[in-house]
Amino acid sequence: MAIKVQRVKLSLWERLFIPTLWNGFKVTLSHFLSFKKSKVYEDKNKDNKFKATLSYPEELWAVPPGFRGAPYLVSDQDAATKCVSCQLCEFVCPPKAIRITPPGETGNTTHREGVEKMPKEFEIDMLRCIFCGYCEEVCPEEAIYLAKDYYEGYDEKMMRRDYALTGSNREEMVFNKDKLLERGGTHHDRIKKWEKKTADAKAQEMFPVRDKSKKKRE
Amino acid sequence: MPNEAKIEEPPAIETIPVKVDGREITVPKLTPDWQGKLVPTTVLQACKHAGIEIPHYCYHPKLPVAGNCRMCLVHVGMPGRPGPDGKPPMNEDGSLKIDPMVLPYERGTPKGVIGCATNLIPGMEIYATSPETKEMREAVLESLLINHPLDCTICDQAGECKLQEYSVEHGQAESQFAEQKVHKPKAVDLGPRIMLDAERCVLCTRCIRFSTDIAGDDALGIVNRGSYNSIATFPGAPFDNNYTLNTADICPVGALTSKDFRFQMRVWFLKETNSLCTGCATGCNTVIGSRENKMYRQEPRENDAVNGPWMCDSGRLDYKWIGSEKRLSKLNGATDWTTILTEITTNLEKAAITSVAIIASARQTNEELFLLKKLADKFEAITDSVPRNGEGDHLLVNADKNPNSNGARLIGIAGETLGANLPAIAEGIENGTIRSLIVFGEDVTQHGISESLLEKLDLLIVSDIFANATTARAHYLLPGCAYAEKRGTFTNVKGQVQKFMKALDAPGNARAEWEFLHEIVENVTGQNGFSTTEGLFNQMAGEVDAFRGKGLNWAALGDDGVTVEI
Repeated sequence: MAIKVQRVKLSLWERLFIPTLWNGFKVTLSHFLSFKKSKVYEDKNKDNKFKATLSYPEELWAVPPGFRGAPYLVSDQDAATKCVSCQLCEFVCPPKAIRITPPGETGNTTHREGVEKMPKEFEIDMLRCIFCGYCEEVCPEEAIYLAKDYYEGYDEKMMRRDYALTGSNREEMVFNKDKLLERGGTHHDRIKKWEKKTADAKAQEMFPVRDKSKKKRE
Repeated sequence: MPNEAKIEEPPAIETIPVKVDGREITVPKLTPDWQGKLVPTTVLQACKHAGIEIPHYCYHPKLPVAGNCRMCLVHVGMPGRPGPDGKPPMNEDGSLKIDPMVLPYERGTPKGVIGCATNLIPGMEIYATSPETKEMREAVLESLLINHPLDCTICDQAGECKLQEYSVEHGQAESQFAEQKVHKPKAVDLGPRIMLDAERCVLCTRCIRFSTDIAGDDALGIVNRGSYNSIATFPGAPFDNNYTLNTADICPVGALTSKDFRFQMRVWFLKETNSLCTGCATGCNTVIGSRENKMYRQEPRENDAVNGPWMCDSGRLDYKWIGSEKRLSKLNGATDWTTILTEITTNLEKAAITSVAIIASARQTNEELFLLKKLADKFEAITDSVPRNGEGDHLLVNADKNPNSNGARLIGIAGETLGANLPAIAEGIENGTIRSLIVFGEDVTQHGISESLLEKLDLLIVSDIFANATTARAHYLLPGCAYAEKRGTFTNVKGQVQKFMKALDAPGNARAEWEFLHEIVENVTGQNGFSTTEGLFNQMAGEVDAFRGKGLNWAALGDDGVTVEI
């Protein structure tokens, strides 16, 4: 059963709204007038350069240390997508903002040797995302990062842009794989486990039994 | 209670006393093996009776015992060897002396036995959860994981993998193995439906035993004995019989995977729904895996009365049509269900007795056929269904390709031979005695009722899920549901009445056949019916002779179904 909320009945004075607007303006105006003499700004304005406003977007603000950033996909130094479409982030994501389309039967090995699986599509709905960082924590491939984390190759400008994650409609705020990869930048992976595995496997390829049978068949 | 004593007890089963984890239990001396033959009960089975699961890879209750994975090692205590007097060593109080087994050359080290292939001995003590047993398990698991590639992120088995499960339960989180891992072939094409990853394989040989002993196709074997041993087919002979996908099911790890399901979806996202295969009259029990209204796979569900734990590949892969774009999703004849059902009722009410014929499908559920039968009784209509025959095989595939032929027979829609009445219906339309035809789920133009005959009808009501020549001529077209989109029951070739559940939503305006049939029947016959599947089934169970004797009801069907006489 839906609950019907009783609205407070407003008097005529309150319904005019003009007094309320005026009250708001009063606060702004008092700040504006007290800007020079205010004790709050005295400190910041020591060198007389401080402004209360920014010329955004040319001018960007300093990001406070508690800021985490938005999740992006990263590529390795060979410009290959690190994600292997294991869908753990999709599973762990509390607001279900991540949507991965698995590669299907064929896989997608065009990027990297040894990885049989790559996402066909990877979408994050930035309007749904709560920037909790679970996806980064759960990722077994180090393929998704919140932009604040200082992984090697991370771009500070990129991060500051996140502070104003904007779009003009809902569709624009659903970031697809290409957009996420572009924003994520490069992660300098020192281990490169799949490449290492492939190299190891190739080094072992000359085991005797298999070679013999190959020759026989030929 | 005195009355209960009179009930005849089943013949006493010979039991054997054993101690599991210090608890004394009695278990049957003999247990059916994979062929149903009675063989001595094993340690693993005794532990199951005691409610303790022994981890295992190679053991499968429906396959011959191989005993090669060593995962089911348990520490046991045995009575000692008989002395010179022919009597085993006794305790001072006269009871049998049980000694924990130790290595003969190293008395301090406990010795394990494999639970799957060790028969019980009276008085035996099984230390199923002792520290010694745990240590054995950890060691075996560590050895199995030595060369495992640990690529769970790209492995389809992840989420239903015994290696993962046992690693959590019995594994050590860290590997002591610092050497280079052995690399084996990956993504090996074994056959048209199966892909092998030899690195993940634990060489349990379940797939080999299944192919040889169950499917009767000796296609798989182990080659390159030694460090590089792997499962393989004969050169030039692909692994291609109609039961190959069962090997992917029984593979405890991600070595054998289904090409159809490979990389489609992680298993933990799949919603599991109990269902039935509709490919033939066997009615194999299945589990549908679906996510967000899309079906991803179909797996066999164990039911010893029908399919055991297996099913055929052709039936398993016969689901792609359910999500097809070509499905009928719009009404034809009116725009909404209320109008179309009212119009149908009005038109049917005008129809004269015996001027109506009904051609149902043996792919429909018992409930739908029952409702059609009610409609037929009202008009004394001539009814029939369409036969669909193919080839059967030695294991599960039946020659009758209709899932519910027996349902149609028992409910009275069709006679012993399906399709026997079709010529009579065609003749009736030809000479004008049949003016109205109701067709469900069949293209009658393929079965002797030509398009020109359909043109002669005053009223043609058709329900189907795909467009065909009959639906094109329908005055009223009612889009129906695939089996995965509704609930209902089928009666299989042996008379097993089984139920299936709804996994997906029907496309567009399509509705489950029993829902709108129920409304039509209620309007036309004036009898009240049940508007739930359960109620409808229970009503049918009370009214159809074959079902009544069994005292059937929806709840009593359970997951496995009930056999009725056919």
